[in-house]
Amino acid sequence: MRAAILRTLTELAAADARVVLLTGDLGFMVVESFAERFPDRFWNVGVAEQDMIGIATGMAEAGLIPFTYSIATFATLRPYEFVRNGPVHHRLPVRILGVGGGFEYGSAGPTHHGLEDVAVMRALPGLTVVAPADHAQAAAALRATWDLPGPVYYRLGKDDRSLVPGLGGRFALGRTQTVRAASAGVVIVSLGPIAREAVAAAELLDQRGLDCRVEVVASVSPAPVADLVEALRHAHTVVTVETHSVVGGLGSLVCEIVAEQGLGCRVVRCGVRSGPDGIGGSEGFLNVRHGLDRTAIAQTVQEAASISATRPAQPTTS
Amino acid sequence: MPSTEAVSAHAIRRIVLDQSKRAHVGHIGSCLSIADIVAVLYGGVLDVADPGDADRDRFILSKGHAALALYAALHLRGWLNAEELDTYCGDGSRLGVHPEHFLPGVDFSTGSLGHGLAMGVGAALAARAQGSSRRVFVLLSDAECNEGSVWEAVMFAAHHGLANLVAVVDDNGQQALGHTKDVLDLSPMADRWRAFGWDARGVDGNDAGGLTAALARPGLGGRPLVVVAETTFGKGVSFMEDQIRWHYMPMSDAEHVQAVEEVDQARCAPQSSAP
Repeated sequence: MRAAILRTLTELAAADARVVLLTGDLGFMVVESFAERFPDRFWNVGVAEQDMIGIATGMAEAGLIPFTYSIATFATLRPYEFVRNGPVHHRLPVRILGVGGGFEYGSAGPTHHGLEDVAVMRALPGLTVVAPADHAQAAAALRATWDLPGPVYYRLGKDDRSLVPGLGGRFALGRTQTVRAASAGVVIVSLGPIAREAVAAAELLDQRGLDCRVEVVASVSPAPVADLVEALRHAHTVVTVETHSVVGGLGSLVCEIVAEQGLGCRVVRCGVRSGPDGIGGSEGFLNVRHGLDRTAIAQTVQEAASISATRPAQPTTS
Repeated sequence: MPSTEAVSAHAIRRIVLDQSKRAHVGHIGSCLSIADIVAVLYGGVLDVADPGDADRDRFILSKGHAALALYAALHLRGWLNAEELDTYCGDGSRLGVHPEHFLPGVDFSTGSLGHGLAMGVGAALAARAQGSSRRVFVLLSDAECNEGSVWEAVMFAAHHGLANLVAVVDDNGQQALGHTKDVLDLSPMADRWRAFGWDARGVDGNDAGGLTAALARPGLGGRPLVVVAETTFGKGVSFMEDQIRWHYMPMSDAEHVQAVEEVDQARCAPQSSAP
């Protein structure tokens, strides 16, 4: 995904001289092609994420479109206040590329895991938050958003090979992408590359006779309210899947929409519920540990659906 | 007619005193300490004929809590009318304690210390990338240099030889809960910036002539320039000078009368190089 983004960014930069790239000393084998092609529009600011965002703010005020690059957690949490008081407050077109959402930097340990970035970035009004599910969608998302007038956060993965079945590189701001249609009352809503596991879980459940619809949310802000309302209107169970804290991310977003729109479905959130405990491992290991593999997701969906299906939906009214 | 000639440290101080009194707010001492610096900048150093000109020099008041001194300069230049100046700190006003970019003439919103210099570095880098000769001035407080982010920006500016960037440190020796030398000693301030690769000049920050001379020449050897302006907190009002309580306190009627008298008398007294 990061390679697709940089390849697309290099193409955009060739067509528009306002595009510049800053990195916080990260991006080995990723940023070089841009740097070599546009040496006067590339700066390694050093290990200084606050400074990077501040510099980008000053450059954007002058009419440039600065992209900043770092690991997701460093790109968001360290300079968070500079993001808020800088591009967000000034409504400037700074772009923040955060690589490695979730447990993608698995064995690097908890300092490198991006588990709160969506929550904190989603809290900033006017900040577009994009979390693509695969590299084709990431490239499409960048093309759709690179020249927005306001700031954008891109939560990116490292995988440039895998694709989410049924996604087909689609992206639209404020919309979901339906990757598996179903008429039944169970909907899985997923964010990021873990969507592949969500789709695989739906296939497992299909074999067991439980038909699930699967939606991908890549446009976190603006939130795809209308599409989610439509997808959940007839559902009795919705399960959210994200490699992120269950607080503040996709799970919270769906809860907000279900509650505010008076939808009558139960929401179950698959995500990270506990902090570091000293046990590390690969991304796959950690995903399993937090119930974010296809088997566990399928189990969660099945249990939730069996409970919800036995009681009638009771839409709330306001 | 508003112009650079209308901008004087005396006029800024009078506005600071009168508006602070009218709004019944503090931060007076900090505004008074930078009155001479702001007067020199808006009295001619800054190349800004029109705050809407994209190629104007940029000014960032990184010590945003002294925004009233900036509002005063904007008013004296004719970019902020008296009616709006009189809304300072009122409900519905664009003029808060800290400056907002929504107000024409304010290039960047500030208020969280340690943020302004990084934005200034970006502004200077953009000017260079765009082939513009415009300059960027950032006014920091000495205590603001407690923030590590300041030094991130200092390092970048030196490494990239941003000679179009000028930092002015309002070195008044005060911070919110005490003297800087007691809280977190930053002396020798100029030497610290030099060690990071900047051209550093120390001046009397309440002397217009010295400030003008220091700001007239760019940093030597293509380096960014810092002017360490040694100022007196509360300058011009005897009972405020070097008194931390005037970081916070509003004036009584009697204090306002005395403060205005002292500031007006200083204007009439013979001075070597006041604007």
